[in-house]
Amino acid sequence: MSRLPITKTPKPYVGGAFIRSESGRTFPIKDEAGNFFANIPQCTRKDLRNAVEAAAKAGPGWAKRTAYNRGQILYRLGEMLEARRKEMIDVHVTLGGPKALVTKAVDTAVDRLIYYAGWADKYEQLLGNVNPVAAPYFNFTVTEPMGVVGLIAPDRPPLLPLISLIAPAIVSGNTVVALASESVPYPAILFGEMLATSDLPGGVVNILTGFRKELVPTFATHTHLRAISAAGVSAEERRALRLGAAESVKRVRFADSETNWLAESSQNLDAIRDTLEFKTTWHPIGA
Amino acid sequence: MPTLAEKKTTRPSRPAPELIFGDLWEFDPAPETADPKLKPRYDLFIDGKFVAPKSGKYFDSINPANEQKLAEIALAGRDDVDAAYAAAQRAFETTWGKLPGRERAKYLYRIARLLQDRAREFAVAETLDGGKPIKESRDFDVPMAAAHFFYHAGWADKLEYVAPGRRIAPLGVVGQVIPWNFPLLMLAWKIAPALAMGNCVVLKPAETTSITCLKLAEILRDAGLPPGVVNFVTGAGETGAAVMSHPIAAKVAFTGSTEVGKIIMRSLAGTEKKMTMELGGKAANIVFDDAPIDQAVEGIINGIFFNQGHVCCAGSRLLVHEPVAEQVLAKLKNRIKVLRVGDPIDKNTDVGAINSREQLNKITAMVASGVKEGAELFQPACKLPSKGFYFRPTIFSGVSMSHRIAREEIFGPVLSILTFRTVDEAIEKANNTAYGLSAGVWTDKGSRILKMSTELKAGVVWANTYNKFDPTSPFGGYKESGFGREGGRQGLLDYCKLV
Repeated sequence: MSRLPITKTPKPYVGGAFIRSESGRTFPIKDEAGNFFANIPQCTRKDLRNAVEAAAKAGPGWAKRTAYNRGQILYRLGEMLEARRKEMIDVHVTLGGPKALVTKAVDTAVDRLIYYAGWADKYEQLLGNVNPVAAPYFNFTVTEPMGVVGLIAPDRPPLLPLISLIAPAIVSGNTVVALASESVPYPAILFGEMLATSDLPGGVVNILTGFRKELVPTFATHTHLRAISAAGVSAEERRALRLGAAESVKRVRFADSETNWLAESSQNLDAIRDTLEFKTTWHPIGA
Repeated sequence: MPTLAEKKTTRPSRPAPELIFGDLWEFDPAPETADPKLKPRYDLFIDGKFVAPKSGKYFDSINPANEQKLAEIALAGRDDVDAAYAAAQRAFETTWGKLPGRERAKYLYRIARLLQDRAREFAVAETLDGGKPIKESRDFDVPMAAAHFFYHAGWADKLEYVAPGRRIAPLGVVGQVIPWNFPLLMLAWKIAPALAMGNCVVLKPAETTSITCLKLAEILRDAGLPPGVVNFVTGAGETGAAVMSHPIAAKVAFTGSTEVGKIIMRSLAGTEKKMTMELGGKAANIVFDDAPIDQAVEGIINGIFFNQGHVCCAGSRLLVHEPVAEQVLAKLKNRIKVLRVGDPIDKNTDVGAINSREQLNKITAMVASGVKEGAELFQPACKLPSKGFYFRPTIFSGVSMSHRIAREEIFGPVLSILTFRTVDEAIEKANNTAYGLSAGVWTDKGSRILKMSTELKAGVVWANTYNKFDPTSPFGGYKESGFGREGGRQGLLDYCKLV
């Protein structure tokens, strides 16, 4: 008689803990064969607000880490995903992903984390500079993280775009609240377990699962989210996000709908710049 | 041997007596006499020509210093805005968009030079139209506008250095709406980077200050700028809305109030237009007890009374360290007693005319709210001209964070003074606002300057100075003060797309 395996209760990673929705609601997802796979927490607006609070709390500490330290932690996150690469690929395949493509996507996700890890102590040297003003001031422009950034990942593929949004936002010291794929949320939940073991302080990355229809309006209007970075959003969602953004002059970035996430062209310095502010300081020279 | 630690650090308990002349000697009037060369009527500037508005309607531009009519300005309707965009599109496709950067640069250099040639004439026109003191338009607005053209000219053939690792391209036609506080300078901030990057422009100046914009059109024509590269449409809010929402505009750039900025953002929510928003502010100007106090007092005065306080980055909230609060307040009161308020065209005037009756009413209402909410008002007893829009330099002490005068942008010569005890309290109070455009820090300690600059959520931080600007130095806000930067390499990024 074969042994009955223990199944895992999927819980998204928020504020450094694995949570159920405060509402107690879940929705079932099925595997490729159409069999029950798991119940996924259906997060609410309240869960989103709690996640923003966790992100806001984690923000100053994370931003104050040295660039070298943030780079190492992102690298460590890459190590965690690499170590559980097979499990991540298998889960994708169980949920209907073609093996060859999924393998490439998971490998690219690891490489993407390593790519942005390397940027941690370099982007400032390219984005900031000293300005030769016509007065006796040492005038310089540096970048600062915007604060708490809301991320909305496309429905498919379920993991690579999510990681491609998270990494450039957190490498500079932002903290994020991300909405995972609605129809294939499990890879994001599994990724949460890797976040938890990567030395990343709790609250820096918060991932919610649930229905876009319920959560996108709150992403749009929450004033503590200083920016929204989204991919795979419909024209209607774009409009809603922009309308909400107007209320608090929030920055909104939408990834090009043509983005090929597997390509190296989808990773770049500008993705980091998208969640940065430029600050210019006039420091007197003399006496 | 004496050491630094033994240095006497106590301050004299009583400030040294100051020389206050008051009205002991009357100043003779000293008006700037250069001819502003105004035309009685200004048409729209579309496709390289001055054209009458299709509606045939004009509105008056008055001198806020004496309420006299200066000129008639064309009122652009939707048809005129359409024509301006069509001309800009044509220029982008046929001339400007095809010119090498090297050649675009030469046009911008020409514009800078021609503006320098006519600097005094432009300064007088700016002062008559907007009410700012001639010494400011002469020494700041016009030279700085020319500097912006000169700086951006040099970028036009070096754009491959703007975005490391990426190729960039112009956006096409950009729509721009600018405010009335620095009419010519804001115009330069807007069109110089747009043109350097290879874009074409449709711009609307503020309805109360259109004259220097249309005078600049003469310079564009004299410079031989191809028709349609820059188009000016004049009018009020309706014209502005038509410029912002036009389907041809690939990008819109707006400088003005946060309120209007939000309306524009809402109205463009369903489009893919790129935006730059340079909006309001409620800057904290923070004075520590180790600051050079006399220098700080000058900086506070410049921070709030420069351009009658019609400055988005004005240092309108003064945060003073408690040990020096009384001393600073006393010195400020003395200092504003000798500010010369009056005819902007007079070369001795420090504080000129409020830009419009509407703005004067807003300032008056905000000051009334300050009194009503319990802050202590101080105004010098200066004489104000009988005609025109004027407001006495105003200081409120005993202001608390919840007062409207500490939270809302007044955009006038009104300073709200708050105090703090610790560095952390200063940071907390400074950042406790929806805005985040600028801040000032006054201290003798370099390390404290850098700490404050790191902690303050503001796009520009001035240390031991205030209201300094430079074309090389990016300017723009955090939070509800807007997004995007103007000036410097960073400013160019907002006028290109990455390809």
